[in-house]
Amino acid sequence: MTREASFRNRWWLYLLLTVAFVLVVTPFVWMVLGSVKSNAELRSVPPTWWPENPTMQNFRDLFSRNSFGRYFFNSTVVALTVTAGNLLFCSAVGYALAMLSFRGKRLIFALILGTLMIPGVVTFVPLFVLVANMGLVNTLPGLILPFLVSPFGVFLMRQFILGLPRDLVEAARIDGAGELAIFGRVILPLLGPALATLGILTFLGSWNNFLWPLVVATGERSYTLPVALALISTGQNQTNYGLLLAGATVVVIPVLIVFLIFQKRFIQGIATTGMK
Amino acid sequence: MAAPTATPPSQVGRLAPRTTGSSRAPGAAREERAGWLLTLPFLLLFLTFTAWPVIQSVFFSFTDIRNRDLRTPFAVDFVGLDQYTKAFADPIFRKAAFNTAYFVLVGVPLTMLVALTAAVALNSGISKFRSVFRLGFYTPVITSIVAVAVVWRFLLHPDAGLVNTALGWVGVDGPNWLGSTTWAMPSLIAMATWRNFGTAMIIFLAGLQGVPHALHEAAAIDGASAWQRFRHITLPILRPTILFVSVTTAIGYLQFFEEPFVMTDGGPLNSTISASMYTYQQFSFGNYGYAAALSYLIFIVIVIVTAIQFRFLAERDDR
Repeated sequence: MTREASFRNRWWLYLLLTVAFVLVVTPFVWMVLGSVKSNAELRSVPPTWWPENPTMQNFRDLFSRNSFGRYFFNSTVVALTVTAGNLLFCSAVGYALAMLSFRGKRLIFALILGTLMIPGVVTFVPLFVLVANMGLVNTLPGLILPFLVSPFGVFLMRQFILGLPRDLVEAARIDGAGELAIFGRVILPLLGPALATLGILTFLGSWNNFLWPLVVATGERSYTLPVALALISTGQNQTNYGLLLAGATVVVIPVLIVFLIFQKRFIQGIATTGMK
Repeated sequence: MAAPTATPPSQVGRLAPRTTGSSRAPGAAREERAGWLLTLPFLLLFLTFTAWPVIQSVFFSFTDIRNRDLRTPFAVDFVGLDQYTKAFADPIFRKAAFNTAYFVLVGVPLTMLVALTAAVALNSGISKFRSVFRLGFYTPVITSIVAVAVVWRFLLHPDAGLVNTALGWVGVDGPNWLGSTTWAMPSLIAMATWRNFGTAMIIFLAGLQGVPHALHEAAAIDGASAWQRFRHITLPILRPTILFVSVTTAIGYLQFFEEPFVMTDGGPLNSTISASMYTYQQFSFGNYGYAAALSYLIFIVIVIVTAIQFRFLAERDDR
């Protein structure tokens, strides 16, 4: 069958996929177009497709009257710190569990496996009491510390490091390298793909995280973007759709850009976590 | 790449046991020290912020701890199973449990069906625009649920919303989706499916790589239809993938929270309040003991649902 013939036979498949594609992407297009419309235009029936009088007023309101700059800063600091912590600590533990023998190793691994699937909703009440007693409510450390390491990250790194040749470590030992130097100079440079996967997943998870930030960020000082957006969308601005769509755009567009740049790696990462 | 040594690894491999054997004690001590040094920072954070709260959550659920007991969490009254019996008798929690079951029982199969359809369509030999479609379908997954819930609330607006406008073109008078006790929950499920099917689709696509092409060809020669081949070749091979996707999707959906929080505030008339949302509400009212008991009930249900799925979907060992 020629390529052309195969295309003709599959036109219905392309039709189905195109319809699905339009359905999936339209909300984002609508969000961005709506974010530059005035509230009067957003309320018009039937709705306008292309903005008649594009305005940046919604974004100005967001950053001046609602300090979205501050929330953007908070979200960025939290996500970057959490990601850095996970990359460092999880790869170190993954290496120790995969390549070193030490007392208590099996117990630690059992603990990690046992807590792999424990959902956030189970621990947030005692976690809040703990963080409150540490005096960290409504602070960025309070947002960061509980997520600085994750059992999932350790598991992912251990599985990846188990696939590396053990001879590398033995050879470095014979050359007289210290154990920490072996981790830092021999193993770490080989972890690129695994670190990329874990880094991307952790950053997204942190950027989009909602329940814990909602619990611990009790004041505007430490709101992250999703918390701020959720609170204005349920507060007195709940029908100010221009403001809300602009807010959603500010939350979504940065990760969308990062995603489009790294999408190949993203998708491979998701596929590998699923195949384990 | 990162081998600072000129010694070929194969040679080292033969030498290594002898070397470590002759100096076993110092080498083992060194490894022991390094192992603990590398694990310690993780262990401290993990025990403090994950393991300890898991244990404390059980303790809290057997007490009447409230927000005024914040500084003295161990000086509270032990009330046994009272919080749990209270939960079973609480009409709003029962409503929330019902809503959560509704969301999971409709949402998980729907999400998997859409994901599998998309994966099979993308895998059926099309080459043009394949990666564009895949990218588009995956995009909602990376976005904040809060943000997309805000957008969907606007899309579902009864008058100015795009959904009812589009329905109007074909002569249908769309309902007030989020303001209706009948339509609010299906609306949330539709949004969750839209947001989440991309992950399942990517995992199904990876699973489909494991289906041998030769089997399909042989079956086609024997006269098997496309549906028969899908049913008797593709589906059995995808079984472990289906198990994985259904377990992870169900675990996520059992905790759904942002959707009702942003789109309906649990309404109308509690028709969309979820178990997680009600747990959060009780927490924010200061009823920590009750919230801990509710969160443990959610956890127990997650464990049971996961076990059931393994029971019915896991591969049998006698192959």
